[in-house]
Amino acid sequence: MTMTDDSGVSRAEYCAVACAEVFRVDGEVMASAFGTAPALGARLARLTFAPDLVLTDGDAALVDGAPPLGTRPEALVFESHMPFRRVFDVVWSGRRNLIMMASQIDRTGNQNISAIGPWARPKAQLVGVRGAPGNTVNHTTSYWVPNHSTRSFVEQVDVVSGVGYARAAAAGPEATRFHEIRFVVSNLGVFDFATPDHTMRLVSVHPGVTVDDVTAATGFDLVLPAEVPETRMPTPEELHLLREVLDPSAQRDREVRT
Amino acid sequence: MTLDDLVGGLASGMTLGLGGWGSRRKPMAAVRAILRSDLTDLTVVSYGGPDVGLLCAAGKVAKVVFAFVTLDSIPTDPHFKAARQSGGVEATEVDEGMFYLGLLAASQRVPFLPTRAGLGSDVLTVNPWLRTVRSPYDDGEELVAMPALRLDAAVVHVNRADAAGSGQILGPDPFFDELFLGAADRRYVTTERIVPTEQLAEEGALQTLCISRLLTDGVVETPGGAHFTTCVPDYGRDEAFQKEYVAAAGDPDAWAAFVERFLAEDEDGYQAAVRECTAERAAGSGQGGA
Repeated sequence: MTMTDDSGVSRAEYCAVACAEVFRVDGEVMASAFGTAPALGARLARLTFAPDLVLTDGDAALVDGAPPLGTRPEALVFESHMPFRRVFDVVWSGRRNLIMMASQIDRTGNQNISAIGPWARPKAQLVGVRGAPGNTVNHTTSYWVPNHSTRSFVEQVDVVSGVGYARAAAAGPEATRFHEIRFVVSNLGVFDFATPDHTMRLVSVHPGVTVDDVTAATGFDLVLPAEVPETRMPTPEELHLLREVLDPSAQRDREVRT
Repeated sequence: MTLDDLVGGLASGMTLGLGGWGSRRKPMAAVRAILRSDLTDLTVVSYGGPDVGLLCAAGKVAKVVFAFVTLDSIPTDPHFKAARQSGGVEATEVDEGMFYLGLLAASQRVPFLPTRAGLGSDVLTVNPWLRTVRSPYDDGEELVAMPALRLDAAVVHVNRADAAGSGQILGPDPFFDELFLGAADRRYVTTERIVPTEQLAEEGALQTLCISRLLTDGVVETPGGAHFTTCVPDYGRDEAFQKEYVAAAGDPDAWAAFVERFLAEDEDGYQAAVRECTAERAAGSGQGGA
C-alpha cells in the first residue's frame, strides 16, 4: 500500500503513532499504556523501532510479541508472571515507561485523576490518585488526553496526582532524580516540557488542526515555537499494522473522531 | 465458622481491611453480612471496589483509606462518589505503592517503610500528618515514611481453603491479600469451597497456596462469595449485574428496590435472587432475539 498524502489517515492513527514515539529510546522496559491510542502506540513501537519493549496483558502477565487489541487470553504467549505486587518492584526500579490518562493536566505537567474541586469535599470524585504519585517520581511518564479542552488543559490541576516539573523541583532532588514527563499526546497535538523552565510546549499539531485550535482549547499559555510542524505521518508499515493487524475493528476511531 | 460468626468478631469503630483489588476477588459475602449487621463507624482500608461503595451506601463507614475506588470496567463507584461529594465520609488517599508499603510495614511490625512515592504530590498536602525520613547513610535522601497500616480485622476471599485456614488463590494475581491478613489482629478468609488439605495440591500448583494458616483465624465457605466481582477461574465478573448496581445507585427509589431485592435477606437469599435475575435477563434477551 502506498500512501502519498495524509488524506486517508485518521486522527486516531496520528495519535497512535504519536504515542508510539513515547517508547522510541528506552530499550528493554515494561510498557504500560492506558487508553486505545496508547495501547496501539506501545504495540506499534514493539513491532517496529522498539523490539526490546516488554508488553503486559493488562492483567498479571508479561506477553511475547504485540497481541492485537482484544486478543483472547488463550491466544496470548506469556513471558513472565507480573502480579501487582511485582509491578511495584518494576516501578521503583525504573524499568518502566508509562502512558497514563489525565482528567486534568497543567502547564508544568501536574496530572489529576483524583478529584475535581477541593479535595476535602470534591465537586466530582474521580478514580483516585492510583499509582500516579509513585510512577512520576520513579520512571518516565507521558499522558494521553483524548478530549483536549480548557477543562482538561488547565492552569493548575485541582489535586496533584502525577507530579509535574515545578512540584518535583520544589520537593527536592529525591523527587527529580528519576522524574521525566516525556510527552503529552492529545486529540489535537503533541506537547513536551523541553523549555528552560519546563513549562508545556506545543511540539506538533495533528493534520487538520491549527495552532489557534490548540491555544483556544488550552486553559493556559503554551510555549509556541515559531514554526509548529505537523505530527508525523504513519509509515505505510505502521498503517498496515494498525489497520490490518492490531486494530482491524477500528476501536481507535471510536476513541478519537477525525 | 459462618458469616454470622465472622461479623460477630467485628465491632463498630474498627479499622477493617478488605482484600482483592477494584472489582476483583472482593470478599463480597462478608461485606453483605456487614450490611445486614448493626456495625457502624468503620474505617475501611481497601484497594477499593464495590465493597467500599456498598458499605458507604449503607452508612457503615466513617473513613476510607484508599488509592482508588473503581469497578474496573466502570471507572468509578457511584456510592463512593456520592459519599465523597456529600462529605459523608472522611478520606485518607495515598499512592497505590504507599498503600502496599503501609500493609507491609504493619505485617513486619515496623513503624514505617521509606519510599519515593508521594514526594511532590498532593498526597502529602492532603495528609499533612505524613512525615518524611532522612536516610542515615551517605546518600542522605529524604523520603516519605509510609506509616504501618495496622488493621483491627481483615477479610479476604480465595478460591479454595482447608478447614484449618490455609487459603489457595487460583486466579492470576494474589493481590495484597497476604499483607492484609498480616497487618490485622483478627484474620478471616472466605472461600468458594472448603476442601480437604490433601486436595489443595490437586487444585493448583504449589505457588497458588499463598495464604498460610499462620495468617488466618477463621474460614467461612461462601460459594459465589465474591459476586459480582471476578473470582477467576471459578467465575468472571458479572458485568450485567454490575451495570444494574450502578444504574440503581443513580436513583433513590431504584436503589431501595435493589436493596430490597438483593440485600435484605441472608447470603443464600442473595445468591437465589442473583440466579433469578440472571435467568430473567437470559429469558428477556431470548425473547428479544425471537
